Amino acid sequence: MLVLEDVNVYYGAIHALKGISLTVNEGEIVTLIGSNGAGKSTSLKTISGLLRPKQGEVKLNGEVLNTVPPQKIVERGIAQIPEGRRVFSQMTVMENLELGAFLRKDKDEVKKDLEYVFDLFPRLQERRSQLAGTLSGGEQQMLAMGRALMTKPKLLLLDEPSMGLAPILVKQIFSIIETINSGGTTILLVEQNAHVALSIAHRAYVLETGRIVLSGDAKELSESPEVRKAYLGG
Amino acid sequence: MLSFLKEHKFKFIGYGLLLIIGIIFPIVSPNRYYLTVATLGFIYAIAVYGLNLIVGYLGQLSLAQAGFFGLGAYTSGLLMLKLDLNFWLALPLAAIITTILAVLVGLISFRTKGHYFVILTLCIGVIINLVIEKWDSLTGGVRGLIGIPLPNPIGPLEFKTLESQYYLVFVFLLITIYVMNRISSSLLGRTFRSIRNSEDLASTLGINVMYNKLLGFAIAAFFTGIAGALYASYIRFLGPEISTHHLTFEFLLFLLIGGQATVAGPLVGTLIASVITESLQFAQEYRMVIFGLMLILIVRFFPGGAVGEARKLKVKVTDFYNRRKAGNYPSGPGAGSSKGKLGVPSKGESHVTKN
Repeated sequence: MLVLEDVNVYYGAIHALKGISLTVNEGEIVTLIGSNGAGKSTSLKTISGLLRPKQGEVKLNGEVLNTVPPQKIVERGIAQIPEGRRVFSQMTVMENLELGAFLRKDKDEVKKDLEYVFDLFPRLQERRSQLAGTLSGGEQQMLAMGRALMTKPKLLLLDEPSMGLAPILVKQIFSIIETINSGGTTILLVEQNAHVALSIAHRAYVLETGRIVLSGDAKELSESPEVRKAYLGG
Repeated sequence: MLSFLKEHKFKFIGYGLLLIIGIIFPIVSPNRYYLTVATLGFIYAIAVYGLNLIVGYLGQLSLAQAGFFGLGAYTSGLLMLKLDLNFWLALPLAAIITTILAVLVGLISFRTKGHYFVILTLCIGVIINLVIEKWDSLTGGVRGLIGIPLPNPIGPLEFKTLESQYYLVFVFLLITIYVMNRISSSLLGRTFRSIRNSEDLASTLGINVMYNKLLGFAIAAFFTGIAGALYASYIRFLGPEISTHHLTFEFLLFLLIGGQATVAGPLVGTLIASVITESLQFAQEYRMVIFGLMLILIVRFFPGGAVGEARKLKVKVTDFYNRRKAGNYPSGPGAGSSKGKLGVPSKGESHVTKN
């Protein structure tokens, strides 16, 4: 479904991605793990069109996305949940969700999807008229995921959904990610928390300073001595 | 549903009050001086509505506003004086020409962000002012344009008296408020606010940030051009000083007093500021010192302006009652919705990026 071929990305003079190639097949959860500064977020931003590769190609179902503007990439079915500030803090929960459906014309389907989101995250329904900035960290993450689902994506890009969350919330969020995936949405997950990421992913890529150093089945990787030593604490 | 109705109830009361007070004001007004102040206030308010769209909703602090106001005024004035055009043709033409120029300006200036955008638009305002001042053969330079005709009559309706001119401007103000209200409550308004909140996030939802910024800029310039044209035919004399940055900062002050990103804010702010200006006449040049102090106090302690702070108060009050009625209840919408100061994203506000 999504293919990156020898992608090179620069921040000015800094060579951030040094020839990355990866594949995400339809229906999979693929995770990209690695430490700080390895290039995980850069990879996601390149896929969603916020950054452009200097060399190499990003392809979705065979179509090259290198020059497609970000809003058109969303139209093609790729939704990104950026890390850090994930919600429009000065707008209500409901307005955030409605903006998720910005590009959609199928009003009836939008309503159904809104119900689906409220089913997944009952908390959001309770707080629909509250300003997003007043939600807790976990609730903001839920809202960001809900809003991304409102775009009805074929491929969902998640950037560090576990960041800054209590362990119990991390567990909840990841089980919801699995639920979303079983509903037919393909997921590319970027995580520092390799342990949880590998536990739900089908396949995984390990990034180190802009290069992919390991890849393969998630279960096998979580048992490989290199990964255990570097990312799973022994 | 109930809160929906309630919100609209407040809106209807607001509109009703505006309509009634607006209509009876010339009848009860004790003298013609107040009428002049009100008419001029309404004209400025239309321009401030334009500014509100850019600064309040889109979060882009544009300082070219008086430039566009002057452009609209001079375009309309010149069309009427030199080409003998009818006011009802000159006014839309002035608005359209202002809009076209604004789009060209926007294409360049929206390539920059934050402080750079502010400085660039300030420069553009100054350039417009200089062109007006130095193009002696066309604009009359520092002498200005004298004897701009009154608005042409529509059938039996003539605009020779102060009262009729007041009502003419009032109608344009109502149209402006209506359009702004529609934008504010539509997806377009939400789109603008999402761009103010975070451009990166907005573009990950499929929002074309550049296009929407340009659109907001164009709509704002359109109404500012109308305000300029109304000004030209009301004052009937134009000097280059109506396009200086002094007027831009006055517009900005009006907006901040009233409350950015609110529908009522520009009108409320302009009227409050007009009343203060007139009552500070005795202080002459020194009144800008008082205004300066006010601006600092507003930005520091009341970033929501009159309307924004009133809304916060309303939320607090209803919250208090709700809590009394049924234990804990989440706070309602709108609380502190206009926290960002002056539309320049502060360091903490911009979308955090890593790698």
